[in-house]
Amino acid sequence: MVAIADSVPKPVSRFRFILDRRDVFGSLLVAPAILYVLLLVGVPFLMAVYYSLSAYTIYDPTWRFVGLANFVDVVENPAFRQTLYNTFVFTFGSQFLGLILGKFGALVLLRPFPGRKFVRALIILPWAVPIALATVAWQWMFDSLYSVINWTLIALGFITRDQAPNWLGTPSLAMLSVIIVNAWRFFPFAIVIFLAGITAVPQDVLDAATVDGAGFWRRNYQIIMPMILPIVTIGLVFGIVFTFTDLSIVFLMTMGGPIGATSVLGFAGFQTGIVSGDVSHGAAISLFMLPVLLIVVVVMLRFIRRREI
Amino acid sequence: MRRSPLVGVLQETSFYGAVAFFFVLAAFPFYWMVITSFKTNGDLYNVSNIPFWFNDPPTLEHFRYLFEKTLFVTWLLNSLMIGVCVTAITLVTALPAGYSLARMTGRSGEALGIGIFLTYLVPPTLLFLPLSRVVTLLGLQNSMWSLVVIYPTFTIPFCTWLLMGFFKALPVEIEEAAVVDGCSLFGAFIKMAIPLSVPGILTVVIFTFTLTLQEFVYALTFISASDQKPITLGVATDLIRGDVFYWGEIMAGALIASIPVAIAYNLFLDRFISGITGGAVK
Repeated sequence: MVAIADSVPKPVSRFRFILDRRDVFGSLLVAPAILYVLLLVGVPFLMAVYYSLSAYTIYDPTWRFVGLANFVDVVENPAFRQTLYNTFVFTFGSQFLGLILGKFGALVLLRPFPGRKFVRALIILPWAVPIALATVAWQWMFDSLYSVINWTLIALGFITRDQAPNWLGTPSLAMLSVIIVNAWRFFPFAIVIFLAGITAVPQDVLDAATVDGAGFWRRNYQIIMPMILPIVTIGLVFGIVFTFTDLSIVFLMTMGGPIGATSVLGFAGFQTGIVSGDVSHGAAISLFMLPVLLIVVVVMLRFIRRREI
Repeated sequence: MRRSPLVGVLQETSFYGAVAFFFVLAAFPFYWMVITSFKTNGDLYNVSNIPFWFNDPPTLEHFRYLFEKTLFVTWLLNSLMIGVCVTAITLVTALPAGYSLARMTGRSGEALGIGIFLTYLVPPTLLFLPLSRVVTLLGLQNSMWSLVVIYPTFTIPFCTWLLMGFFKALPVEIEEAAVVDGCSLFGAFIKMAIPLSVPGILTVVIFTFTLTLQEFVYALTFISASDQKPITLGVATDLIRGDVFYWGEIMAGALIASIPVAIAYNLFLDRFISGITGGAVK
């Protein structure tokens, strides 16, 4: 009896009382993160939009409003239209290749075999290591003179030394090279996504289908594929966002060349906005990423919502 | 259904062929890093040598040059410093945020969580122009501290999302019991939730570190002084003199920087996947 009477009349400060309201306390905990993101992502994002509508350069830092003039300039520039086209080729080429490699890689890794864990660990590497460093290794492999790929092709008798392709110096081959590197970087991610999806398909569903006479391909395309579609879509969304806005692979391997053949939006925005200091046109170029990002966000939200139901 | 032995052998061969294909595809560039970094220059730049193995005895000359004649050690320390600071900032903000979002009931918690996560998808190539202005305003241009300020813009959203999922899996009853026993909400968070979330915190530490090591675009944009560069930027852009690439040194540096990230990723892969797919897969 005494114990109860003792524990009740504790002096409680007003501050303490407010902190113990669940909604106040919750908002306080989440506030620093939201503030950080608002200040350094939200505000800069609005700044980027305003830059693209102004005549701002590092030499003329006035914030004069010019409307859509920057966008008109940018679109009328044939080099930019090439860049936009390249960005789509680069994105969809490498995602397509990455998905195919990912699907087949997942099928291979599904079957147990000796050393599977080791192989799986190695296959993750292209996606794990910093892409800038892996890109430099690829650049060395595509070297105009000491390319190990060319050396192999010559040694196997497919080509002679004077026919050896200059991978990064020929427009179409340079595009192929950056696509290969990006697909190489993403295929382990695709494998992991496919594996996570496939192993989540309940075995009894597959057994039932087998009993009903569904063969390997039918099980694959009419049962597994629809069931793993949500997770594959989320994976693809990540791949598209990070490829469509990529700068490092192109910057390190080709510098957008030869003659603009591998220039992509991120690279063009960097060259115009940072290197040349023409901030407003650079921002306008970068903002062409926005429609794709918005579509992606809508897809994401739809899938997250479907998961809730 | 009985198959003839020939079909079986063919199937086995093509299966292991596929395994070998993926193995070589994934590992060859790294093998190439290793072998390049230990080869003598005479061996590297002789096209009549077979490039796949050592024609001269292996050498440590590239590593020696890297450590003694370049800023490699400085870059390594810069990256370490950036990693530690960004991890600290991320933990201090994302841990309470993830907890709060997991415990906030109803639509507002979910919506806020998704909102924070979506900012992870806003690309550096869209933000680098305004952010370089912000960095200048803060007086941090050409300094590695600019990266300490900017990197949390993507580590906070990612780790908040990760921790939100983690706290959701923790039973709320433990904290409720503590509150009933007279603990404040803050006390319940500090004394009950945090000790239980050590695995989640560890995951956040590892991922923040690897994300900062992998980042390239912001570092390239904000930093041109050689002694301020993080390791990824330094190795990729600073070991070139004019037109001459120091391939042995570049590959040696890339190798050293890649190894810790590769190991960390393999250990924490499953958490990473469940993080970005938002638990779409159990």
